Amino acid sequence: MAVFGFILRRSAQSLIAVIGLLVLVFFLSRLTGDPAYLYLPLDSSEAQRQAFSEANGFNDPVYVQFGRYLLGVANLDFGTALSRNRPAMEVALEAFPQTLKLAVIAMSLALVLAIVVGSLAAAKPDSLFDRIASTASLAGASAPDFWVAIVAILVFSVGLGLLPTSGTGTPLHWIMPIFVLTLRPFGLLVQVVRGTMISALASPYVKTARAKGVQRTQIIFRHALRNSLLPVITVAGDLAASLVNGAVVVESIFGWPGIGKLMIDAIVRRDFALIQATVLITAIAIFVLNILIDLLYARLDPRIRFQAK
Amino acid sequence: MTPSQVPPAHLLEVKDLTVDFLSLGGAFRATNGVSFHVNAGETLVILGESGSGKSVSASAIMGLIDTPPGEICSGTITYRGKNLDDCGVEERRDLNGKKIAMIFQDPLSHLNPVYTIGWQMAEVFSAHGVATGAQARAKAIDILGRVGIAEPEKRIDQYPHQFSGGQRQRIMIGMAIALRPEILIADEPTTALDVSVQAQILDLLKKLQAEDGLAIIMITHDLEVAASMADRVIVMNSGRIVEEGPARAVFENPQHSYTKTLINALPHADATGGTGRRSTTDVGKPILEVKSLNKYYGISSGFFAKSNQLHAVKDLSFTIAKGETVGIVGESGSGKSTVARVLLRLNDVSSGEALFHGRDIFKMEPKELLAFRRKVQMVFQDPYSSMNPRMTIFDIVSEPWHIHKDILDKPRWRDRVIELLGLVGLNPEHADRYPHQFSGGQRQRIAIARALACDPELIVCDEAVSALDVSVQVQVIDLLAQLRDRLGLAYIFITHDLPIVRHFADRIIVMKNGAIVEHARTEEIFRNPQHAYTRQLMNATPRPKWEAAPVPLPA
Repeated sequence: MAVFGFILRRSAQSLIAVIGLLVLVFFLSRLTGDPAYLYLPLDSSEAQRQAFSEANGFNDPVYVQFGRYLLGVANLDFGTALSRNRPAMEVALEAFPQTLKLAVIAMSLALVLAIVVGSLAAAKPDSLFDRIASTASLAGASAPDFWVAIVAILVFSVGLGLLPTSGTGTPLHWIMPIFVLTLRPFGLLVQVVRGTMISALASPYVKTARAKGVQRTQIIFRHALRNSLLPVITVAGDLAASLVNGAVVVESIFGWPGIGKLMIDAIVRRDFALIQATVLITAIAIFVLNILIDLLYARLDPRIRFQAK
Repeated sequence: MTPSQVPPAHLLEVKDLTVDFLSLGGAFRATNGVSFHVNAGETLVILGESGSGKSVSASAIMGLIDTPPGEICSGTITYRGKNLDDCGVEERRDLNGKKIAMIFQDPLSHLNPVYTIGWQMAEVFSAHGVATGAQARAKAIDILGRVGIAEPEKRIDQYPHQFSGGQRQRIMIGMAIALRPEILIADEPTTALDVSVQAQILDLLKKLQAEDGLAIIMITHDLEVAASMADRVIVMNSGRIVEEGPARAVFENPQHSYTKTLINALPHADATGGTGRRSTTDVGKPILEVKSLNKYYGISSGFFAKSNQLHAVKDLSFTIAKGETVGIVGESGSGKSTVARVLLRLNDVSSGEALFHGRDIFKMEPKELLAFRRKVQMVFQDPYSSMNPRMTIFDIVSEPWHIHKDILDKPRWRDRVIELLGLVGLNPEHADRYPHQFSGGQRQRIAIARALACDPELIVCDEAVSALDVSVQVQVIDLLAQLRDRLGLAYIFITHDLPIVRHFADRIIVMKNGAIVEHARTEEIFRNPQHAYTRQLMNATPRPKWEAAPVPLPA
């Protein structure tokens, strides 16, 4: 089947990219310094440090370490996270769903809201609704997320005491991270939806639909919207990738135990195995996301579908 | 309507319609006091050139004018005695498609690319609450058959891009007549189509009119199409009606000077034996000899799939001499534009040779190729997209001198640009304007000035006048002919328009499916066409309705 072949081909291409990425991360992370200085007490002796490095294999030449790593990966052994004394992949796989849940909710929310708001704004350009939507979306797209996060904590947690400052546990803990993560994609997507919808609504096939006597809502949400979705999906895919990649800043501020926070912790602690595991997971997630977007393209636009065949 | 009221005089009546369009420069009056009417079973043709306001009147009937920028200043539109201004939004919407339907010029862009044609046809039924689901689908299949789409059950699930131009227009017509409306507005329905397809579409419209008693309002700039369809004609110019009357009277005995110019502009006026604007001087030695030209396009259908090849040009040979015009005629897909692209080396050749002054174009090294390109220029069909909108006319015309540095010293550029603009009938002050400030005809003159800047010997015109109004076409052809006679230029003139080549070309090559089917001197080919396809092309030119036999009603 054409779709199956396409997925196979894209997966093969992705595999090459993932291997390249792993090589890069492997060598770059080793430039950050010697883990022995971080894991042993400050007053430990040179001999103790040597023993630590020897025990963890950091004294071997880098290419030997790399060979050992590749051998491990082939056997699905991704090394031990030094900072936690547990298998690195296990730690990363624990954190990833936390990020994924956040990303899926934030992205779905941003997409649905942006499509509705952007379409309605485009239906009547320069109306009051359009002006409010345009201004609000511009503000949302431009506000730095760390600033929004801190202000939100100040207002809702410190000031009003309505929401917890950080952590997980209750549904209330989800509100601020999701809000902050939704804001920027929402703002950007409203702008994209509005722009593409305005040109779609001016297109000849919309004129045909009007001449056929099709209802206004049908024209906006069936004829114009479906044609406007391709550029929207492109931008949304990009934004989703950055969310899956771990909303590093937002997860750190809200103490969210996701992959972004884990990655930062791993880098700070020079936990090489854990860095590699987190990068591998996010890379695979992003490649899967890209394949999904390509399939969605073909689903939405028959011209792409038939070209591919 | 109460029974005591007298029935309305006409099915649809437009009275004193004045529409303005607001732009930054102020209001532009698109139509000015336009009145017309149409009745069941008759065809009213609104004839006019671009910018005459002919489409605006039709859009007003359908309520398709966006306000702003449009503004309907005055006028009433009455359908069966009911003023459409008195209708609510919902009532007005329901009229569209059900009672009054419309088809457009470019059926590809007017069909939604992401839905199947079946979905789009079924929508007509669902939007008016007539049928949904399987029932709507069955009706759509019926209609596809009625407008002449073969295998409607299979094709109903295909998308617009999977159909040819003529089939798409059939589908548009099918959608329009689906609910058996009383009035069909056709806005340039055949302008984007080949002549033979045009003939089929016009016949289809006539057939449907005969079957359903449709009132047709047809908007066109094409006099032949107008004559073949019209019972009555309105001629519009600059937003006003300048002449109206029964079709035959208007065409055979025009009263207004504008109508006279339009009708006399038709290049086939010299079909009676004149030589039109063919070359007056004897042609000289051949400058270009094309021998057994072949071009294949590979259509790769996947990584492992066997690639299909399209034989776009088959074994083409011809010569052209100084001061000569060779017309290449064919329908879309005949390979005529590929010939131009290959000869200019815009596309690579598959096999064959083309000797320009004895040197094979396809074997030229970069340096020689540059010199060759200076001598051979091209004028494209679309004068809108073939010019950089951010360059002034001076920049556009002088650009070749940046590339070929030996043509002219920089201090003399300005004078030469003004001279060239003068040669094509434009003024010196035009040099500092931008392309969007000119009309289509003026832009095509600029394109010709740009081609002349290189002192070429051969100009390839690919449908160079097809996008222009008839009266402008004739001006551009006159200009090309003058330049040929004065400068000894040779032209390869590629077109689908037979009257134009008859008027302008010395020899004609008729192409079909990439091969030459006939090649002869213009007069011979028109007097005594040898090949069946040539005859078919000539007969496809629409004939006036009053001369043609009436379309037989189906049994």
